[in-house]
Amino acid sequence: MRRQAGTPGLPFVMKVRYMSGMRILIIEDDREAANYLTKSFREAGHLADLATDGLEGYAMAREGAYDVLIVDRMLPKLDGLSLIGGLREQKVETPVLILSALGQVDDRVKGLRAGGDDYLAKPYAFSELLARVEALVRRRPGGAGETTVLRIAGLELDRLAHTLTRDGKDIPLQPREYRLLEYLMRHAGQVVTRTMLLENVWDYHFDPQTNVIDVHISRLRSKIDKGFDPPLLHTIRGTGYMIRDSAR
Amino acid sequence: MTALANLFRTTAFKLSLAYLVIFSIGAGAVIGWVAWNVGRLLDEQIAATVEAEINGLSEQYSRGGIRIIVEVIERRTRQPGASLYLITNFAGQTIAGNIAALPPGVLDQPGVRETTYERQGEPGVERRALARIFLLPGGFRLLVGRDLDDREVLRRVIGRALLTSLFWLIVIGTLGGLLVARRVLRRVDAMNDSVQTIMHGDLSRRLPLAGANDELERLAINLNSMLDRIVELMAGLREVSDNIAHDLKTPLTRLRNRTEEALRTAKSPDEFRGALERNIEESDSLINIFNALLMIARLEAGSTFEGMQSFDAGQVARDLAELYEPVAEDAQMRIETDIADGLMVHGSRELIGQALANLIDNALKYGASPKPDLPSVVRVSARREGASIYLQIGDRGPGIAAAEREHVLGRFVRLEGSRSRPGSGLGLSLAAAVVRLHNGEIRIEDNAPGLLVTLVIPALAPVAGQSSSGADVKAESRNERGEKIEAEAGR
Repeated sequence: MRRQAGTPGLPFVMKVRYMSGMRILIIEDDREAANYLTKSFREAGHLADLATDGLEGYAMAREGAYDVLIVDRMLPKLDGLSLIGGLREQKVETPVLILSALGQVDDRVKGLRAGGDDYLAKPYAFSELLARVEALVRRRPGGAGETTVLRIAGLELDRLAHTLTRDGKDIPLQPREYRLLEYLMRHAGQVVTRTMLLENVWDYHFDPQTNVIDVHISRLRSKIDKGFDPPLLHTIRGTGYMIRDSAR
Repeated sequence: MTALANLFRTTAFKLSLAYLVIFSIGAGAVIGWVAWNVGRLLDEQIAATVEAEINGLSEQYSRGGIRIIVEVIERRTRQPGASLYLITNFAGQTIAGNIAALPPGVLDQPGVRETTYERQGEPGVERRALARIFLLPGGFRLLVGRDLDDREVLRRVIGRALLTSLFWLIVIGTLGGLLVARRVLRRVDAMNDSVQTIMHGDLSRRLPLAGANDELERLAINLNSMLDRIVELMAGLREVSDNIAHDLKTPLTRLRNRTEEALRTAKSPDEFRGALERNIEESDSLINIFNALLMIARLEAGSTFEGMQSFDAGQVARDLAELYEPVAEDAQMRIETDIADGLMVHGSRELIGQALANLIDNALKYGASPKPDLPSVVRVSARREGASIYLQIGDRGPGIAAAEREHVLGRFVRLEGSRSRPGSGLGLSLAAAVVRLHNGEIRIEDNAPGLLVTLVIPALAPVAGQSSSGADVKAESRNERGEKIEAEAGR
């Protein structure tokens, strides 16, 4: 993973250490939830710091070189949205994921308008949070998002010509299938959840409830994996999907 | 006593009183103005008469000398209601006239003046007169005047009229005010009584209507419809709590039983893991139900909603038909679309999307054709009719009996036979809440055969105006809420 550009005062050592995981700042006043988060992120191989109120979080976020901030909306001393607004004013462009007990459509809009990059309503599955945090850090400029040809094993997606080949064979795709695959390939090696797919491929943020996304994935899978080896599009149980070269 | 005090405190009475004061001041001003003008007119007339007589007398003097004037004056003073005359010689001695006494010095200056005098034959009675003093050649002084009694009488009459009319104005006005106040007070009291009974728990009571189409009546009508809405909301609340008890208890009990069973029977870590995973799934579905409930509550509270924008509702319908198309195929069903272009609306694309998703999801779950010769087609159509956008989802399933169609919009309502299938029973009521937020309506009809659900949403720009710019859009949005949110979104 690469360090995003724009964070001031980043020592070289950090870059090296960063390779092993992301530096995450969790700003959350609920002790139990905070401890659960820090523990889970550490288990997933990341470095997680904790701030328990808005002011402390603001100070830490300004000084520390974090890859991503996880901010609860309701915080003592300084609420989450003001904290994000303050950071953005100070040109701190670290990606922010907002956690909120208010899971309504318009709260999401407010959060993103305040400068947040992603929004997740409580209660959430940790796997969903982890997938989103990883996607946030990855999507920074200079990442896989900017290459014109995405490649995994024999699968090649040409983003200029809008064509897909596997082992040299053309695979015709519907426009939506193309966007679905493009998103998966840009996040190759990362877990992508169903809601992330609905958000980024279809641009809707509600919970699809039924297995709509699964059906689209299985269609896509039959096109790119059927008759080829090894399988590339994997189902991560209880969480979502990942495209990955399993042979390597 | 207190009743009377209450009467005096009513707005109607205070208003009457205020009008009374204003009207009295106005009436007084008018009468005063008239009196002043009449007085002035009289003065002018008197002055003119006096002037004419002086002219006549001085002419006669120049023709016939003092003897003629004395003759004329003596003749004139004998007539009743005559003018006042006095002629003196250079020593100030009276030669002729009907004035007995004058204040000293009056005769010294020629010109017009108001003065007191005593008439001949009425010693001791002081009167007022307007007089003109004229110097005749030879040192004679001529005074001609008119008594001012008429003017004084007129003044007194007018003053009395003013006082009398003010007195009656105040008496009648106060009584009228009290009468009006009592009428209004009686109706307000009746309304208050009803409101108090209602507040004490009798929600079926309504405010009395007087049958007059006035503002109190309109207030009563509006309060009554507010009460209707409150009753409706309370009934809804009761139904929801009943249904929550029923519908959430089931999965919670299941969750608990499974956990208990796993503790008792599971041997291997895999079995424990499986049980825990099922627990998570069950909890997730509970969370979904809660989220949907919260969302409906939020939408029905009707607070201002962020994220309102102008968008093509037809495109949303197309997106969702496409999203669900593979699901339909898996269920051996088909989604057909008939969607017009440029169906611009102002609202939340997310919410309309979610409402349509719920409806399509329902159609795919419950709308499979029961007859083998009738294909299971879910038809998604969108069109504009007049000022409204019609978004329709029709299926070929068993439909909903006419009697149950209204009921089905309620929360948690799941018709018999569907309870065993997945779903929270909140899909339709969420769609209904979304449509209400957009000032639209939801219709549930017979698709002959099948179910036809129509969302009617106010349209934004006309279809003809292809590139509806932001300014156009703003001008077109006609509801207040829409405009406000548009302005916020524009920041």
